Amino acid sequence: MKPAPFTYHAPADLDQTLALLAEHGPEAKVLAGGQSLVPVLNMRLANPAHLIDINHVPGLDTVVANDDAVHVGALVRHAHLLSHSAARTAQPLLRQALQWVAHPVIRNRGTTLGSIVHADPSGEMPAVLALTDGRVRLRSAGGEREVPAAEFFVGPMESAIADDELAVEAIFGRFPAGTRTGFTETARRHGDYALAGVALAVSVQDGPGGGTVGQAQASFVSVTDVPDVLDLTPVVGGAAVADLAGLADAVAEAVATHVDPVGDIHASADYRRHLAVVQTQRLLSTLVGATAEEEIA
Amino acid sequence: MSSTPDAQQPEPKSVRGTIVTTVPRASFDPAGGAAQPEELLDVYLRVNGAEQHIRVPGRRLLSDALRHDLGLTGTHVGCEHGVCGACTVLLDGQPARACLMFAATAQGHQITTVEGLSTPDGELGPVQQAFVECHGLQCGFCTPGFLTTITAYLDENPDPTPEEAREAIGGNLCRCTGYQNIVKAVCRAAELRRGEQAPPDGTQTPAAPTERQEQR
Amino acid sequence: MSTRTVGSSVQRREDPRLVRGDGRYLDDLGHDALAAAFVRSPHGHAKVVDIDTSGAIDVDGVVAVWTWEDLEGTGSAAEPLPMLLPHPSIEHPVTGYALAKDRVHHVGQPIVMVVAQDRYLAEDAAQRVRVSYEPLPAVVGVEAARAAERLVHEEAPGNVGAYFEQHLGDAAGQIDAAPHVLELDLDIERSACMPMEGKGILARWDAEEGRLKVHASTQTSTGLRAALAAKLGLPLSAVEVIAPDVGGGFGVKINHPWPEDVAVAAAAMRMQAKIKWVEDRREHFISSAHERQQLQHVRVGFDDDGQILGMQAQVWHDHGAYLPYGVIVPLNTATHIPGPYRMRHFSVTFTSLYTNTVIVTPYRGAGRPQAAYLMERTMDAIARHLDKDRTKVRSVNFVQPEQMPWDLGMVLQDGRMGIYDSGDFPASLEKLKELVGWEDFEDYREQARAEGRRVGIGMACYVEGTGAGPYEGGHIEVETNGRVNVSTGLTTQGQGHATVFAQIVADELGVKVEDVHVTTGDTRRMAYSVGTWGSRGAVMSGNALLLTARKVKEQALRIAADALEANPDDLEIVDGIVRVKGAPKSQIPLPMVAVLANPLRYAFDETARAATQFGGKSDESKPPIGDAEHPGLEGSDFFSPVRTTFANGMHAAVVETDPDTADITVLRYCVVHDCGPMLNPMIVEGQVHGGVAQGIGGALYERLAYDADGQLLNASFMDFLMPFATEVPHIETDHLETPSPLNPLGIKGAGEAGTIPTSAAIASAVEDAEGFPIRRMPISPPELWELRKQHASDTTDPS
Repeated sequence: MKPAPFTYHAPADLDQTLALLAEHGPEAKVLAGGQSLVPVLNMRLANPAHLIDINHVPGLDTVVANDDAVHVGALVRHAHLLSHSAARTAQPLLRQALQWVAHPVIRNRGTTLGSIVHADPSGEMPAVLALTDGRVRLRSAGGEREVPAAEFFVGPMESAIADDELAVEAIFGRFPAGTRTGFTETARRHGDYALAGVALAVSVQDGPGGGTVGQAQASFVSVTDVPDVLDLTPVVGGAAVADLAGLADAVAEAVATHVDPVGDIHASADYRRHLAVVQTQRLLSTLVGATAEEEIA
Repeated sequence: MSSTPDAQQPEPKSVRGTIVTTVPRASFDPAGGAAQPEELLDVYLRVNGAEQHIRVPGRRLLSDALRHDLGLTGTHVGCEHGVCGACTVLLDGQPARACLMFAATAQGHQITTVEGLSTPDGELGPVQQAFVECHGLQCGFCTPGFLTTITAYLDENPDPTPEEAREAIGGNLCRCTGYQNIVKAVCRAAELRRGEQAPPDGTQTPAAPTERQEQR
Repeated sequence: MSTRTVGSSVQRREDPRLVRGDGRYLDDLGHDALAAAFVRSPHGHAKVVDIDTSGAIDVDGVVAVWTWEDLEGTGSAAEPLPMLLPHPSIEHPVTGYALAKDRVHHVGQPIVMVVAQDRYLAEDAAQRVRVSYEPLPAVVGVEAARAAERLVHEEAPGNVGAYFEQHLGDAAGQIDAAPHVLELDLDIERSACMPMEGKGILARWDAEEGRLKVHASTQTSTGLRAALAAKLGLPLSAVEVIAPDVGGGFGVKINHPWPEDVAVAAAAMRMQAKIKWVEDRREHFISSAHERQQLQHVRVGFDDDGQILGMQAQVWHDHGAYLPYGVIVPLNTATHIPGPYRMRHFSVTFTSLYTNTVIVTPYRGAGRPQAAYLMERTMDAIARHLDKDRTKVRSVNFVQPEQMPWDLGMVLQDGRMGIYDSGDFPASLEKLKELVGWEDFEDYREQARAEGRRVGIGMACYVEGTGAGPYEGGHIEVETNGRVNVSTGLTTQGQGHATVFAQIVADELGVKVEDVHVTTGDTRRMAYSVGTWGSRGAVMSGNALLLTARKVKEQALRIAADALEANPDDLEIVDGIVRVKGAPKSQIPLPMVAVLANPLRYAFDETARAATQFGGKSDESKPPIGDAEHPGLEGSDFFSPVRTTFANGMHAAVVETDPDTADITVLRYCVVHDCGPMLNPMIVEGQVHGGVAQGIGGALYERLAYDADGQLLNASFMDFLMPFATEVPHIETDHLETPSPLNPLGIKGAGEAGTIPTSAAIASAVEDAEGFPIRRMPISPPELWELRKQHASDTTDPS
């Protein structure tokens, strides 16, 4: 399994990259981490005429956590982001989800933004971008734009990026103080693509009997075409923590209605839906029962 | 229905005429086979501490460049889609799949292959030694990828529990051992590293590739 | 005395080389070779209407593009591949061609071979070959094959390749008269050997000598040599085949010649070139071999104690598109069903069926895992029916140690009667119960239940015919520097032969293991061999080398006796020195004996000079080499056992199933194993671990998912779920060592042991956790979840 021939470009800076995209965009693929792209090339499932390798472009490998968001450059590897303490503090969900991305060796090369642009419904990071109300910054020779997650993910393996654009930054939003987050997924083997997974953010207001649930939102892995956010606040918002167990069926109903899984050789659609329901119920219960700011893997 | 387009050339000269290494291999023949239309790139790789220059197409996988252009056949190819881990090498000390990288992308990085895990005087490195002691290999084909992965892992976690050791090797496939003795070898390698006065660090102590290639 | 090494965990001789990256696997050789790539069928079943290779020839660097027609004129290369193992049961043998002639019968079948300057270019060209097909309906799966609404081969009516039956006593009559009768339908899926290194061949034609030299990632270099000589029309003496380091086999590399072997070797010969084909992972999935898939029906009659009175088994076996390796797999299934149990009224039939899928050849266990599955599922069903402990039902059926040798009453796959030579099944079971804590499990179950957890325990037994003949050979030569060169013809894929064979020879010859250098699978060194399969390596070559070492030792003692003027019977060899027992100062080093063994004319070095000197001392009245002697301290011998020896074992598994998600976790896995005296316990344990891991894969993760058109949907490591370390439990082992009377070492095979009962043991444990029958393996969480829903209406929740 060897890739078909292509013209290899290794632009030295962003301008060169954008110029190459302007010239070859529709026939080009951008290579960053390559952990999804190169297998596809090796199997000759894609035969791009041009490969634009951005690995030698400076300035794309930075992580910046500020008051509003965590900015993740196009060459930031999953492993780098996973170990970035400022990013972890600003948005714990990043670390919680990144631990589930493939195996550590793949995380050493794979980029977080690359997996977002790949828009694979079984990718963890698109779900995180969606749940954090994040956006993607796109550059082209003609200019720059930012696309919110809700508009960026168009369909399975399809994003709003244009042929001449380079995704230069993923911008993950931050949650209000006191928001508890968690991520879980189920795969056939450890490190495989998930059969189903869920990212969850929930706020709990202190009060007697463990307090009350405030906002609750979820996004999903492998069970929706695009990682659109399910707002569970109408289901659980305002409920006393002690009463949450009684809302399990309502949560199940909301999740089962929201997700739209597809069956394949690994699991039926029904099973995936069931998993998403169980995962959401369990994670919600764990998060609400957890002490504030406690991290949930 | 079929043909032999170049019947006059029963034994074509060079197959790797596109290659210039610092130490030309015996098979290297600059006159043959170089007339390929595919554009060739000058690629400079630093492998096991030695600078190497090859001329290869952009699509040349790092795994093939190491194995076939540089003769470092210790890096094995088991799937070419990044799952099995047999081709794992260290890129600046971090494990990476050589089958999922182009040689050209690897420029500017320090690459360590299994051949670079022994000490300069040829003694086995601690992970290699532990594999021998614990029967951590059978056919040996997946082994180089385990050795590189574990070498990097022990840099970060020098004293793993068996459970952590099992997780650490969780991204590499082995079809022979059932993994149990590899888990044991991870823990034994940690012991060996701790017990040594000056632990040989594979990522820092490249073997001499020049000598190696002359042996071939 | 020298320290005996047999029986101890000597570190492997091959490892230092392999861990340095200094192994020499197939693709590490021939960097200057041309590369072959193949155009393969995208259809499960189709007529090949036209092949247009013009686009491929235009690719720079392409040297040849071959179709079936190009094979014509080279020996019998254009004729169908051989049916290697004919058997009377095979009614309609069909084999494929090296390159498809006019029809393709499975996705992945090679049609066109491209040879180019490197593999990248060869694949480029292959992509440009245009093949026109007329697709035909495909037959996929046992049920479709059995229904025979469509045929894979017109010449095989009913899609039946082979039909076979064996009868013992009066099964039907006994069942009809039995107090209890059960019927079971069982299903077991396909898996595959999936060695980390695929197949491959490097063939070069030496025009000056007119010889074909082949390196191949094979389990039988002698077999491949003979097959290539026959296909290419070459004298056997003009072909040599060497198996270099081989990156795992597990059965798939025993089949030969593969289509690619013939095409590549023919091209190398015709083009007088050096050509290499290295199978990539996708090719391995779609064009090597799979195994395991069977449907089984059991009818069993038994008494109140669970003693089986009569049993009938019907097996429908999927053997894929062609039958090059005969019916070894279903024959093994048929003859291994009785396992450790007394079975006097038994009948088995199998129907081996063609399907439009990859061929089926042995995969570790080779039909025996299916046999254990059938028998052990039946045992559990009997226990459940009688509400008895599963181990007790097995106990009442065991062949007792005093009944050994136990005549199975069946003809094995090698055509010889199966007679169990050794084993103590009650003792093995006791060890297993102790190891896993069988009697205490109910307490653990209660404790788990209180925590909201659902757990189950299961077990399974097997008996395995191992070390089958007809023979293997050994050759040993002692060099004048003390180096001992050992050869045997069978091949090595990680079993540690270079170590255990060295141990055997070192002990017998009285030399150090480090001085013994073992070569396997090189037809230049040993031209007679059968190959590596069926847990036979240690039994066959180990004993052949023991016999050879005895012979060489005898020669050494004879020569030393002359030199020391002693009686050979008074001599011993200790640490490489021949000495008189009780008078150790009277001695001669073995290397010097090697010198004496070869009365040289030319004194080209110090030892040779010594030899010429010693030559002068001999009796003037006798020739320098006596009638029954030969120059050199060396010899060969062969071991050919009268029949197969039987190893056995018992496994137990403890699983936990998630009450909500049906996720299945193996908490514990215990093995008791009896392969007789262990030559190297470390290596035996390693074999067991690896076998169990493959068994776990087959029980919980691996399947080959075909669609109705014969497309393999999971032809990658992403979707074929081979277990990682995180999916394999820690394996606890114990051993019983009942020696075999059938060979001088008293050993029985160990290679396949771990794999055989694993699916049965896991099924038993999941069934125990869930409370409803498990009849289809492997089982995944989604499938278990579906089963729960099916059983929810008629089964109360066992937790």
